[in-house]
Amino acid sequence: MTTGQAERAALFSPAAGTGRTRLAALARRHGAALVLVLVVLLGSLTFGSSFTGPGNLRAIALDASYLLLVATGMTFVILSGGIDLSVGSVLALSGVLAAYGSRWGTAGAVLLPLAVCGLIGLVNGLLIGWARLAPFVVTLATLLFARGLAFAVSQEGNQVYIIPADLALTRIGQASVLGVGVPVLIALAVFAAAGVVLNRTRFGLRVFAAGNGDGHAAELMGLPVARIRVRVYVLSSLLAGLAGVLIAAQTASGLPTLGEGRELEAIAAVVIGGTLLTGGAGSLGGTLAGVLLLKVIQNLINQVGTLSSAYQQVVSGTFLVLVVLVQAALARRRRQ
Amino acid sequence: MNEPVCEAHAVSKRFGGTLALDHVSLRLEAGEAHALVGENGAGKSTLIKVLTGVHRPDGGTIRHLGRPVSFSGPADAQDAGISTIYQEVELAPLLSVADNLFLGREPITRLGLLDRSRLRREATEVLARYGVAVDVRRPLGELGLGIRQMVAIARAVSARARLVIMDEPTSSLAPREVDRLADVIEVLREQGIAILYVTHKLDEVFRVCQRVSVLRDGRLVHTGPVRETSRIGLVAAMLGRPVAEVRRHGVTSFGEAHEVGRAAPVLRADSLVRAHALNGVSVEVRPGEVVGLAGLLGSGRSETARAVFGADPLDAGSVEVAGRARRRWNPAIAIRSGVCMVPEDRKAEGVVPGLSVRDNITLAALPRLTRGGLVSRRARDRIVGTFIRRLGIKVSSPDQKVGELSGGNQQKVLLARMLCLRPAVLILDEPTRGIDIGAKAEIQALIDELAREGLGVLLVAELEEIVEGADTVVVLRDGTAAGVLRGAEIGEQRIMELIAADVSDGSAGGRFDD
Amino acid sequence: MTEPTVAGRMGTAGRVTWLPDYGVYLALGVLLAFNLVFTPNFATVANLRLQLVQVAPVAIVALGMALVIGTEGIDLSVGSTMAIAAALLPLYLGYGPWPAIAVAVLAGAAVGLVNGGLVAYGIQPIVATLGLLVAGRGMALVLADGRLVEIFDPTLAAIGGGQLLGVPLPVLMALTVAAAAGFVLRRAAFGRRLLAVGGNRPAALLAGLPVRRTLVTVYVISGVLAAMAGVLTTGRQSASDPSFTGLLIELSAITAVVVGGTPLAGGRVRILGTLMGALLMQLIIATVIQHDLHDSTARMIQAAIIVAAVYAQRNRSGT
Repeated sequence: MTTGQAERAALFSPAAGTGRTRLAALARRHGAALVLVLVVLLGSLTFGSSFTGPGNLRAIALDASYLLLVATGMTFVILSGGIDLSVGSVLALSGVLAAYGSRWGTAGAVLLPLAVCGLIGLVNGLLIGWARLAPFVVTLATLLFARGLAFAVSQEGNQVYIIPADLALTRIGQASVLGVGVPVLIALAVFAAAGVVLNRTRFGLRVFAAGNGDGHAAELMGLPVARIRVRVYVLSSLLAGLAGVLIAAQTASGLPTLGEGRELEAIAAVVIGGTLLTGGAGSLGGTLAGVLLLKVIQNLINQVGTLSSAYQQVVSGTFLVLVVLVQAALARRRRQ
Repeated sequence: MNEPVCEAHAVSKRFGGTLALDHVSLRLEAGEAHALVGENGAGKSTLIKVLTGVHRPDGGTIRHLGRPVSFSGPADAQDAGISTIYQEVELAPLLSVADNLFLGREPITRLGLLDRSRLRREATEVLARYGVAVDVRRPLGELGLGIRQMVAIARAVSARARLVIMDEPTSSLAPREVDRLADVIEVLREQGIAILYVTHKLDEVFRVCQRVSVLRDGRLVHTGPVRETSRIGLVAAMLGRPVAEVRRHGVTSFGEAHEVGRAAPVLRADSLVRAHALNGVSVEVRPGEVVGLAGLLGSGRSETARAVFGADPLDAGSVEVAGRARRRWNPAIAIRSGVCMVPEDRKAEGVVPGLSVRDNITLAALPRLTRGGLVSRRARDRIVGTFIRRLGIKVSSPDQKVGELSGGNQQKVLLARMLCLRPAVLILDEPTRGIDIGAKAEIQALIDELAREGLGVLLVAELEEIVEGADTVVVLRDGTAAGVLRGAEIGEQRIMELIAADVSDGSAGGRFDD
Repeated sequence: MTEPTVAGRMGTAGRVTWLPDYGVYLALGVLLAFNLVFTPNFATVANLRLQLVQVAPVAIVALGMALVIGTEGIDLSVGSTMAIAAALLPLYLGYGPWPAIAVAVLAGAAVGLVNGGLVAYGIQPIVATLGLLVAGRGMALVLADGRLVEIFDPTLAAIGGGQLLGVPLPVLMALTVAAAAGFVLRRAAFGRRLLAVGGNRPAALLAGLPVRRTLVTVYVISGVLAAMAGVLTTGRQSASDPSFTGLLIELSAITAVVVGGTPLAGGRVRILGTLMGALLMQLIIATVIQHDLHDSTARMIQAAIIVAAVYAQRNRSGT
């Protein structure tokens, strides 16, 4: 009995434990969602319709949808025990390539960037999965590479490619259905599909397994860990690429400076959503809450007219620190 | 004779300059549990790794189910029907029991999606066959080691294993769980599965296995039916010493009892409580006394040692050094007040592999060797030289990286790290685990010598070492002291009785229904 | 050239261990040889001095980063710390240049204190310092009201652009910091503690070492060095630019450390290697530009070199 209890206390279980551990479980799983609800309530009480108005909500949703795509890929990567720093650059590269490829129509504007981004993800995956290099450094290198390529394609940023306004891509990218922007719908559809893949397929389960104890256990269980890693990084790059294409469609152009620091925002969203940075446990639902939380806070700070946008960064950063502090404190409590 | 499931013929494996396996042949038959014993470094784990494709043999052949095979890795071996259950159960602790059981061959629906309900149902059914009734949706890491082991076995068997290799499967199990494991092995044998049972515990060889093979220094020195093998013969084969000598000297190098006298205890730990681990343990150590902590794994031996040293926080209890009660207690304070510990897990908690022998030895002594923030080289080199000589640490130079040393020499470095602080009390947690025979004997002799010089020692070790080395034995059971034995009272039989008392009252070991 | 290999080689016999350790010198040598032959006006005093001055702030930040990485950590907040230092300078210049510099450096120490505190509390270094990477830049912008401020202070200008015995002051500072770091790692008790904490933290705890204090100190050092780099940069530009000072420098610094042969797993720090790594990255950019290629090409080459460096290190881990 005694060791059993000690071990139970060391980990986290929704089904077992005392009231206190159950509370801790709740806090980790749904903490971001709870805080989101509170912040939204606070926002609507303070700012009324300038916050809850359809225009503003639409803006939040659109802004969040790009981050959601990137963070969804990042969730897979982090669950598998890795990290992907290259997504911000990949997003920018994808936007530039979409604009560049638009000379061959919508197909070119979509397929060219996705093919290149998929390739970058493949390189990440091969170096991390097969050559077993540290994810942090490998994706740091591809971060530089993708950004370099984005600048190279756009003549060091001097050439801004414009996507023709009459192209199907731009029309779709700027259209809305029932008041909801198409990028938002696409992001939600992708998110839902990712949810099915993560929770209801063999691949999804194996992503979790690969993140348990450095993937060593998964390897001894005969799982193709290297292949899982490759897929995860390809997925992450493709989703970042998709976000880039959508932003390009929305703005009808591709800027090589786009998405700087987006990788950190995505990591923050995933961590705030309760996914362990060490991998193996977490959820996409948490990531969604994390993304919305970050974007709502940014929006609320913009609502306070007197504050400069620099406060967004201060609040987001502070919030991230607070979240991990609370997580660490809860983990400590459980350990004792 | 049966057709062998798996057969190694004259297998050799060389690592750098050392021959880890030297023409080893092993025949594993259907329905037999085959014990593989030997001291650490004898080549057991290398043999396992060769059989499961982790290492490729340099010479010799492996035949599996009648065909020569050459596996590319554990996954390959598993596909061919060889499953391994490791000492530290290597599963995914954050995933559910059911997921762990079926990872790699998860049931899916016609749509290609995971069939969660079938997964759950089948997992429950499979585990029920092993007498395990748990909610299979719970994360595996929350459950006791015994259950995790059963999950690992169930996983291996349901993957159609023909050979199951168990690497020290009972090292973390409670007695009742060991019984259960023995039953399960019986069931596996009836199904015609071969079992390679790697263990240190002689009892289990005689209880569970039909045949036994002994490895020493990479060579097979004995193989034969268990019932034709004597206990003492097995020990002699493992140690490479004549039977008569083993009889005469015992298996350790501990000498006679020490002069403890009536001196006041230098260390007194009273009613130590730590949730789920310690339940009011008290220990006293006098100058020159070797106090042994006996008990099964998980009974609180290491936990007591660590608590006395302040390595883990206490919920209640007090530690008193040289008559002074201590309110704040942690390793740094303990070391300053003359209480030092060499931890059990040398690799994880002991050596800093990338630092030199010199730096490792003086790590804890840094504050004493530092003037104005700088390390005094002369004082440091003097200490390092003294202890390398006194403990006979084999190094090419003090600049050698500790990571390059053998286990025995690493252990001596850790001893030197603490001894150079001139402690009053030395806590040793399994000081001779996993090191070669020679170093083992040297360390046992050293402990003896230090005690004679007046050092108080708190020793956690295997039973035989405790019996032969300790002046006082505190027998632990379930985180409490089940009894204290002194001098002539100390004996294997008496200690076993105290430990065994809990099996009958049923208060422990009920972890299967957790 | 002697390498202050602080923790030496861990390689086992027979493996190629020199490549990760000395590959950076090889690459640097090849690049220098290439430039001497093919780049006009490369081997001029003016050009070499320019390269060294440009690399100095990165080198200073990278040295702090190397110490942090030696404890198995990482400090993503260095760029934002530079920005905070830059933003503080004009606010306190009214009290004179030295008090202003002192305030900036103290702010760097404060950032390090927060980072170190979080890491010592058990939060992963990536997340702990990510928080201040995001928040720090915001604070700098808030402090400066988002504006670039021109600074005409002779002392600051001298720090950024002056020289002593023909050596530019920033270069002198970088060399001094490197020498100090090397000395501390070899001779001071703190250096041993740092490597022990990075090499095996539980062992350091059980040996009674003040692990938390060591961690906090190392992040404070990194913060102070970053603030110093911020002061240097501001002095050289004669302007406080909180939006761009130190932007993405964390990546350059980590790159320099990794390329210089310091393993991310901690327990080992290579000071000279870090300097050379920073120099290598700088020379790549310079070479590419002097051959009429673009910045973007340089980045892609840098990416390839990072991968090559970690690939070479891979053999050492043994698995």
